[in-house]
Amino acid sequence: MSKVASALGGARFDGFASVSEIGPLGMITLRAKPDVKGLAAAVKAVTGTKLPAQRRVERAGDKVAAWMSPDEYLLILPYAEVKAALATLADKLAGQHHLAVDVSDARAVFRIEGAEAAQVLMKLAPADLTALEPGEIRRTRIAQVAGAFWADETGFTLVCFRSVAGYVMGLLSHSAQPGSELF
Amino acid sequence: MSTRLSKGGRLIDRTAPQEFTFNGKRMRGFGGDTLAAALLANDQMLVGRSFKYHRPRGIVASGAEEPNALVNMGEGGRFEPNQRTTTTELFDGLTCTSQNHWPSLEFDVGVVNNYASRFLPAGFYYKTFIHPRFAWKHVFEPIVRQSAGLGKVPKDRDADRYEQAYAFCDILVVGGGVAGLQAALTAAKAGKSVWLIEQTAHWGGRAVVDGAVIEGQPAEAWVNAALQTLERMENVTIRSRCMAAGSYDHGYVLCDEKVADHTPGDGRPRHRLWRLRAGQIIAATGAIERPLSFAGNDIPGVMLAAAVRDYLVNWAVAAGDRTVVVTNNDDAYRTAIALKEAGLEVPVVLDARASVSGELPARARALGIRVETGRAIAKVKGGKRVTGVAICAQAGQGAVIEEIDCDAVAMSGGWSPVVHLWSHCGGKLKWDDAQAQFAPDKARPPINHDGGALVLTAGAASGVLSTADVLADATEAAGGGAVPAAQDAAEGAMEPVWVMPQGAPVALRMKMWLDYQNDVKVSDVQLAAREGYTSVEHTKRYTTLGMATDQGKLSNINGLAVLADSLSAPIPQVGTTTFRPPYTPVTIGALAGEARVDIFQPLRRTPIHDWHVAQNAYLEPVGLWQRPYCYPRAGETHEQAVHREVKNTRSNVGLLDASTLGKIIVKGPDAGKFLDMLYTNVMSNLAVGKCRYGLMCNEQGFLSDDGVVARIDEDTWLCHTTSGGSDRIHAWMEDWLQCEWWDWQVYTANVTEQYAQIAVVGPKARQVLEKLGGMDVSKETLPFMQWADGTLGGFNARVYRISFSGELSYEIAVPASEGRAFWDALVAAGAEFGMMPYGTEGLHVLRAEKGFIMIGDETDGTVIPQDLNLGWAISKKKADYLGKRGQERPYLASPDRWKLVGLETLDGSVIPDGSYAPAPGMNANGQRNTQGRVTSTYFSPTLGKGIAMGLVKGGLSRLGETIEMTRLDGSTMQVKIVDPVFYDKEGEKQNV
Repeated sequence: MSKVASALGGARFDGFASVSEIGPLGMITLRAKPDVKGLAAAVKAVTGTKLPAQRRVERAGDKVAAWMSPDEYLLILPYAEVKAALATLADKLAGQHHLAVDVSDARAVFRIEGAEAAQVLMKLAPADLTALEPGEIRRTRIAQVAGAFWADETGFTLVCFRSVAGYVMGLLSHSAQPGSELF
Repeated sequence: MSTRLSKGGRLIDRTAPQEFTFNGKRMRGFGGDTLAAALLANDQMLVGRSFKYHRPRGIVASGAEEPNALVNMGEGGRFEPNQRTTTTELFDGLTCTSQNHWPSLEFDVGVVNNYASRFLPAGFYYKTFIHPRFAWKHVFEPIVRQSAGLGKVPKDRDADRYEQAYAFCDILVVGGGVAGLQAALTAAKAGKSVWLIEQTAHWGGRAVVDGAVIEGQPAEAWVNAALQTLERMENVTIRSRCMAAGSYDHGYVLCDEKVADHTPGDGRPRHRLWRLRAGQIIAATGAIERPLSFAGNDIPGVMLAAAVRDYLVNWAVAAGDRTVVVTNNDDAYRTAIALKEAGLEVPVVLDARASVSGELPARARALGIRVETGRAIAKVKGGKRVTGVAICAQAGQGAVIEEIDCDAVAMSGGWSPVVHLWSHCGGKLKWDDAQAQFAPDKARPPINHDGGALVLTAGAASGVLSTADVLADATEAAGGGAVPAAQDAAEGAMEPVWVMPQGAPVALRMKMWLDYQNDVKVSDVQLAAREGYTSVEHTKRYTTLGMATDQGKLSNINGLAVLADSLSAPIPQVGTTTFRPPYTPVTIGALAGEARVDIFQPLRRTPIHDWHVAQNAYLEPVGLWQRPYCYPRAGETHEQAVHREVKNTRSNVGLLDASTLGKIIVKGPDAGKFLDMLYTNVMSNLAVGKCRYGLMCNEQGFLSDDGVVARIDEDTWLCHTTSGGSDRIHAWMEDWLQCEWWDWQVYTANVTEQYAQIAVVGPKARQVLEKLGGMDVSKETLPFMQWADGTLGGFNARVYRISFSGELSYEIAVPASEGRAFWDALVAAGAEFGMMPYGTEGLHVLRAEKGFIMIGDETDGTVIPQDLNLGWAISKKKADYLGKRGQERPYLASPDRWKLVGLETLDGSVIPDGSYAPAPGMNANGQRNTQGRVTSTYFSPTLGKGIAMGLVKGGLSRLGETIEMTRLDGSTMQVKIVDPVFYDKEGEKQNV
């Protein structure tokens, strides 16, 4: 058995939508202003994507680059590739003011899937899900804790802090209870 | 008697009989009934007792405005008091009991208050219970509390689930009558995203009962067609059983959807609280009929005229065989006509107006109904139900002209627009003389962020009453468009009647109820006015008018009209009380939503949490973290466990889950400069690979947080914060970087949760790490206050040689995902060295023995580092740091400040937590002067005696002095001032 354990060991709940804890995923917090020289090339080298614009998520295969704030990005890649990616970023951004740090273990990641998956999030986040465009990320509140999510073809990926993974799993399961569909 | 008719009832399904119980009595109703309709169908006219006088009370209304017919609903986990029968949908198996009586509804001892009512006037509580002062707490309050309250308090945990949901729309239309439907149609056709909600299970409002004709067809057909059209539109969301509780700034509206009230236990959430954000709110909330104030207007069987009509048309229930109608307007004639057409008797219509000539009175007369103008009710006869009315002239003082037997009275005093949503966020009202009502002043709406109207009203809520006007108003509110043609009977002018008869003497006024639920009468409001209450808000509180669970939906306008009359002031000058959310009560479960039991609040758990739980650790909250306080073994008390853990750490080796410790990366060309401003000492000159303890203060100079800082590389520092402080300190850093020093090149990242951090503490700590192997942790390679990266037992680890216990100590950070595996490896490696885990209490004792301060114990937001003898950690060389200027203020620089000392009792006992050191004399408030207090106090298992730290005036200059300290019982004890470092003063043990 691997000594690497995700926050909830892959917990799952099947209601009117399915909820599952996934991961661990490799994640890097990259802080840099968008006009930093070589930033786009550095992100491309690590994720294969372009630099995400405001509130956008860029995907290339199993890698993701997400905009988090005017000077912060979240890079997602396989867990085992983080160390090399950090080295690449350090190399490409040498001499430029930036901060790249491994946060793979500081996060829990969930998938919410199914035709009604959005309704699960509508119960927890004060975000307008109908206005969430494909490839758009929302940093928001999941009931009482911070979280971020984005949608793809089969559902939503939700990221929160690792220590509250149990709480968020409880929220998602409560919200996906069969019979509690909103519409 | 009230009864079910054999025909009719547009909402009931006679093929779906349902059984329920009221006070244990089995009754039958039909699908589609409200509980009130079903009770009336079973001739249950007496349904409760009033709050103060325990008067018999019956059903008055047919909707949310009902003040009387409240019941205790359900049993066990589904018990809930004060449920309005008029809005409760009947379901098979429903159980309910009436409220506020003892021993029974029919025979209630509390009714004695009724006969003593002249001794219980307005302001009774204020006048009676004010003297003597002590008696309130010990005598009056317990008695008042015992007799107060209508329903019973639920005793069991709520069996149901609740949830909340967020939604957004351009236009929220509240109310499913013809106005709401027309507004929704108009807005939806204009392409707006529309939510349409209705508080009941049915659509159409009054129009479908009153027989309006819209576009040439009965209103019901138009309503059904409109609903079908809306249901087919993708930009429209429709919700019935959904009540808009309150409107707030920026289009925020709370809506309570009663998902499963009518199907309890079916697994669905019982209520869902929608937190809606609307671009604009259209309140098509209709109007509420006003009662008339005549003597005995609270006797069961006296009902609102429109409610009598509703029960007849919707549920085929007759409130009585013989119903007297009393009115000041034409609308009530609809009730007389409907009753007559249903084959029931209407002995007389008493119209307070001198003459009537409208279309409706003409139809009533044509049906053979006797209409008496200029007449009033002198009094209603009966006790637990109406038996008749005494008739008098409205213009007189109540001399009885005639008595008529009847078993129901239908009254109408005109209509009040439901303006709650308009008023909640600031919409103004104006008095409309013609209708005698407060209606929205459309020139002064509640204002949205863009200066436009946040709320518009539509239909009867705007103060218009005819169907044609309602539809036109709704269309306009929704942006304009085609208005459907509508016809209904033309109505003559109403005439305000606030007291009936006009010159009623006090004996009658004392029996005219304004607020049925709180027992406020016309005479009470008049008394308040005589006693000097001129403000309607003050009168409300003095008399309790409008303060019951119905919030004065029936009583407010009548009450303030009586007040205005008593003050000889025009009604608009007296004004209304404030409309506050919720419109009708929202159950606490809906407000709590999902936040209960396991997900009541987020609990933060470390990667090693499951191990702690498996070891039966006693957990304590630290911020939102769950941390082991101690690990009691079989038969051990917590105190014994803490002593064992401390001793074992001092003699062998202990293991602590320190993952909760805050960890913030600070990086950039200006990071050193930044940290020199944040900390009181210098961090910029810390060598790479080394650690330094630092203090952070706020701008006022007060100590805010502490921790060890490690220099990672030329550009990067890692700042440890307290467990509870990581988010706060990270935000503090970002605040300074984003708002003040925005041009400094510094980035921060909170990596607290990236690492599991484990402290291995004690004389054998090094042996445990060497057993794991992988890196050199010797004194020479890794001396005290240094750190190194390496591997331990195959784990990538960062090892800090820091100590919060005074022992040889390593704090080891590994990735959180490997935290549990690393902990297990340590536990296995430490077994042969007698290693035991220790909890937060052991940590506290260990640090107190060493005289280390703890943020939150030695500090409380009023303590500066200098108070704690931490001057050595304050740079004298730096030009500035956060808090420096604050600390130079005279009060903080005073030599008289209380300073940190160690404290010991003379007999080795433990000083109680919270003890103060009294000083001679009294302060200006007559309290004893003090000269110090305990901040931390423990039994030291290492030293075998009580030890404490405290802040004492004069501090260590008083070393060796004995002072008094208080015990909890008020007695005092002798305490000696000693050095706060009780153990290993030279620090040899941590530096090996």
